[in-house]
Amino acid sequence: MSTVVVVGSSVAGVRTVQALRSEGFTGRVVLVGAEPELPYDKPPLSKQFLAGAWDTDRIRLLTAERAAELDVELRLGSAAERLDVAGRQVHLADGSVLGFDAVVLATGAAARPSPWPVESGVHVVRSLTDARALRAGLDHEGPVVVVGGGFIGAEVAATASALGRAVTVVDPLPSPIGRVVGAELGEHFTGLHHRHGVVTRFGTGVESVTGVAGDLAVALTDGTTLPAATVVVGIGATPNDGWLATSGLLVENGVTCDEHCRAVDAPDVLVVGDLARWYHPGHGEHLRVEHWTNAVDSAVVAAHNIAHPDDLRTHAPVEYVWSDQYDWRIQIVGRPARAARHELVGSLTGDAARAAAVYTDDEGRLLGAVTVNWPKALVLCRRLLGAGATAADALAQLAALPAARVAA
Amino acid sequence: MPRLTADHEACQGYGNCITGAPDVYDIDDDGVVVLLTQEIPEGDRARVEEAARSCPVDALRVED
Ligand SMILES: Cc1cc2nc3c(=O)[nH]c(=O)nc-3n(C[C@H](O)[C@H](O)[C@H](O)COP(=O)(O)OP(=O)(O)OC[C@H]3O[C@@H](n4cnc5c(N)ncnc54)[C@H](O)[C@@H]3O)c2cc1C
Ligand code: SF4
Repeated sequence: MSTVVVVGSSVAGVRTVQALRSEGFTGRVVLVGAEPELPYDKPPLSKQFLAGAWDTDRIRLLTAERAAELDVELRLGSAAERLDVAGRQVHLADGSVLGFDAVVLATGAAARPSPWPVESGVHVVRSLTDARALRAGLDHEGPVVVVGGGFIGAEVAATASALGRAVTVVDPLPSPIGRVVGAELGEHFTGLHHRHGVVTRFGTGVESVTGVAGDLAVALTDGTTLPAATVVVGIGATPNDGWLATSGLLVENGVTCDEHCRAVDAPDVLVVGDLARWYHPGHGEHLRVEHWTNAVDSAVVAAHNIAHPDDLRTHAPVEYVWSDQYDWRIQIVGRPARAARHELVGSLTGDAARAAAVYTDDEGRLLGAVTVNWPKALVLCRRLLGAGATAADALAQLAALPAARVAA
Repeated sequence: MPRLTADHEACQGYGNCITGAPDVYDIDDDGVVVLLTQEIPEGDRARVEEAARSCPVDALRVED
């Protein structure tokens, strides 16, 4: 009987084992995870879970019963320490060894740690343990300083401010989200913080963090100091590829793989989710992305390619990520950062923002879209991107949506 | 025949299901999923379930 070992038990790993079964794979399936927790989902950790609106049951990706139904063996609480590609074995921290016919690597990424070591009160948000600790930290009445104004930082700021905390977001970039959506739209994201009473110190770095939980001081590069009860550091993530250093795989900011999610020179090693740096045939380059939907889509491709090696599928998705900040549901498709310019339909000001920004290059091709509180527009742009439409097509079809007239 | 259901309260309009199976799922003007069909032929089940699993809030179910 053939065995597939899946290493990493978050969304990419869980969706892989589910898809293996629905693709008809009948062999042995083992899911390995470093954390003793049953698999859980990450996006709510900076949103509904952190706010206290959702509990752990709500964010479970897999229960023990469901795993039994799928005939998936769970090996939780023991990290994989070494991969022996030629010997087809995974070595776990508890000393056990799992043999495999195919292995799927789904160990994701870790939050870049805070460069300012203090005893307590400084948090990152990546795991459930992190989110629980931060949740407890936010129970302190005092001010919160968020270091990093990207998506996770902005979400944490929104959640903390909804919990009644005074929040300041610090980032060395003048427009942190502008890096993704362009400077002009980035200004609206900064304005969103201000409209909710959150202070931004953009264009300013952090010099040091000192103190203990409840009584911290964040010194900034402009010479000022912010007092804080709790500090949250959201300065990006790095792939969990250290355990693969001796594997012989090509590891370079993630594990390099082909368009079928197979590691270079090791076709029985497949790589999915945040860990994969795969060749995107549509873009003609290798990419690593940290988006939930990419984790799910790559998992399905990898599972299919294991179950049906004679009918290989290609992983060539249109990029898609969402973010919830204050009263904005933000959805981004394609690659706005690569665009020359954009056109905005609708409005981003005031309390009833609803808009779509359509991004294009000098040839008028549709490169991406950013929508706010307008899922219908997102679905439309996502479909058009997949079909290779022009920006003019997208604008015309957006204008025809009923809500465009309300928004305009 | 297997039956597809949606939790309209849970749906957040992420639109992943629609990308997976646009002939089965759509979205209304308020950003809530619309099921274009609920009776799923057995032969179509894997594909419709795959699209259901792409829902970030687990709002979709195919049941016997
Ligand atoms: C707070 C937060 C909010 C987010 N919000 C959004 C959002 O709104 N929209 C969006 O599109 N994306 C969002 N993301 C990104 C999205 O969650 C990730 O892209 C997704 O979780 C990637 O899944 P993954 O399974 O590849 O990796 P991960 O989620 O990183 O999971 C990897 C798993 O592998 C385990 N592991 C690591 N090393 C080992 C080892 N050696 N052996 C065994 N197991 C190991 C880890 O414990 C972990 O369980 C968010 C991420 C975070 C952290
Ligand atoms: S994927 Fe889920 S949240 Fe998104 S539109 Fe479909 S049902 Fe709604």
